[in-house]
Amino acid sequence: MNIISLDAWDLSLAAMLVLVLAGLSFRLQLGASKHLLVAALRTAVQLTLIGLVLKFLFANVHLAWMLAMATIMLLVAGREVMVRQQRRFSGPWGYGLGTISMFVSSFSVTLVALLVMVKAEPWYTPQYAIPLLGMVLGNAMNGVALGLDRLTQGAWQQRRAVEAQLLLGFAWHEAIAATRMEAMRAGMMPIINAMTAAGVVSLPGMMTGQILAGAPPVEAVKYQILIMFLIAACTGFGTLMAVWLGSRHLFDERQRLRLDRLQETR
Amino acid sequence: MRDIGPLDFSVAAGECVCLSGASGAGKSLLLRALADMEPHLGRVWLDGVTCEDIAATQWRRNVALLTAESAWWHDRVGEHFSRVDESLLAELGFEKQVMSAEVHSLSTGERQRLALLRLLAGRPRVLLLDEPTASLDPLNTERVEHLLTRYREEQEAGVLWVSHDPLQVRRVAHRHWRLADGRLYEEILST
Repeated sequence: MNIISLDAWDLSLAAMLVLVLAGLSFRLQLGASKHLLVAALRTAVQLTLIGLVLKFLFANVHLAWMLAMATIMLLVAGREVMVRQQRRFSGPWGYGLGTISMFVSSFSVTLVALLVMVKAEPWYTPQYAIPLLGMVLGNAMNGVALGLDRLTQGAWQQRRAVEAQLLLGFAWHEAIAATRMEAMRAGMMPIINAMTAAGVVSLPGMMTGQILAGAPPVEAVKYQILIMFLIAACTGFGTLMAVWLGSRHLFDERQRLRLDRLQETR
Repeated sequence: MRDIGPLDFSVAAGECVCLSGASGAGKSLLLRALADMEPHLGRVWLDGVTCEDIAATQWRRNVALLTAESAWWHDRVGEHFSRVDESLLAELGFEKQVMSAEVHSLSTGERQRLALLRLLAGRPRVLLLDEPTASLDPLNTERVEHLLTRYREEQEAGVLWVSHDPLQVRRVAHRHWRLADGRLYEEILST
């Protein structure tokens, strides 16, 4: 492939742009300059580190290394889902609910993609496995976090209406149905919007990257369509599972609304 | 978890028991526990069958709690009703057009009376009423008391009625209990 390699000078020029923006923001007292610089620094450090990690993984193709990497990615995503909840389940459910949902959906979707569609040799070749899992997991993380947040917030805000329905003899799943539907919609909306706008308003990042790297556009597009569908499936299944398990856990065995199982954060 | 009791009491079919006590004494909590909406350590029987042996949804249809504030989840009144008894509507002073009204256009008292009709539509065996006439004027209070008395007599329903009005207690109750310090005290009914 005909990649034009970037040298230190190219990156420094781009960094200069950020520095100029930060300086301007400081001068105009807009207050974002510190956050901007910290975030830019994090980007540089984190991406350099992951570049080194990927270099190591590409040079040492082994299932155990791949699984270790995948596990770390999952655990970090699980923590991210947890801290994004305004009201999360207390105890092990707080961390476990999102993590298990992402594990089931993103690992199975990635596995199917690697074994059936990409068919690399061996199937866990990191060049394919890590970017696939990363994209799928990152989107599932957003969906699960949004869905769970809307579910617990909705149950809290609608608690009187939910209890009123229970009191009239409705089952728990009927009483929570409207809230659950909203939570599913909140979790699925970003990927539905992304698929709607793909190619018309935005050129998805993965496809752009492949084209920059010299891949024929039609090949890049095929990969992008595959990825979009995988992401949609994974986000949907992950959100579905998290919202279903979460809504079940809002009620006990006597179908009482148990908001005491939630704790407020922030 | 709050601590009230131990309490030991029964309400007979067709009987109306009034419950009073200072705010915070645990009256609403007791009613919620009886409707199995609150985790509790007590045991409750309906016709000799314990609560745990009856599905939660079935229990709440039989042992129906009317909360002090009514809650609605659809836009229009009629969407909350599976069936409408027009004679009962009229008895509480409503035209049948109220079914197509928007819930938020009604007053607190109107919503409270409609919530009572919504509850009675399920033909419960026991009524747990948490200040059912608190937001009503004297005319509507009388209508509600009349309707409830008739329902209790016709359906042989047991009624546990939280009320702060001594005159109302005298009008509707067969027995009167006061809840204080986690205990029930039987009050003498002056008739």
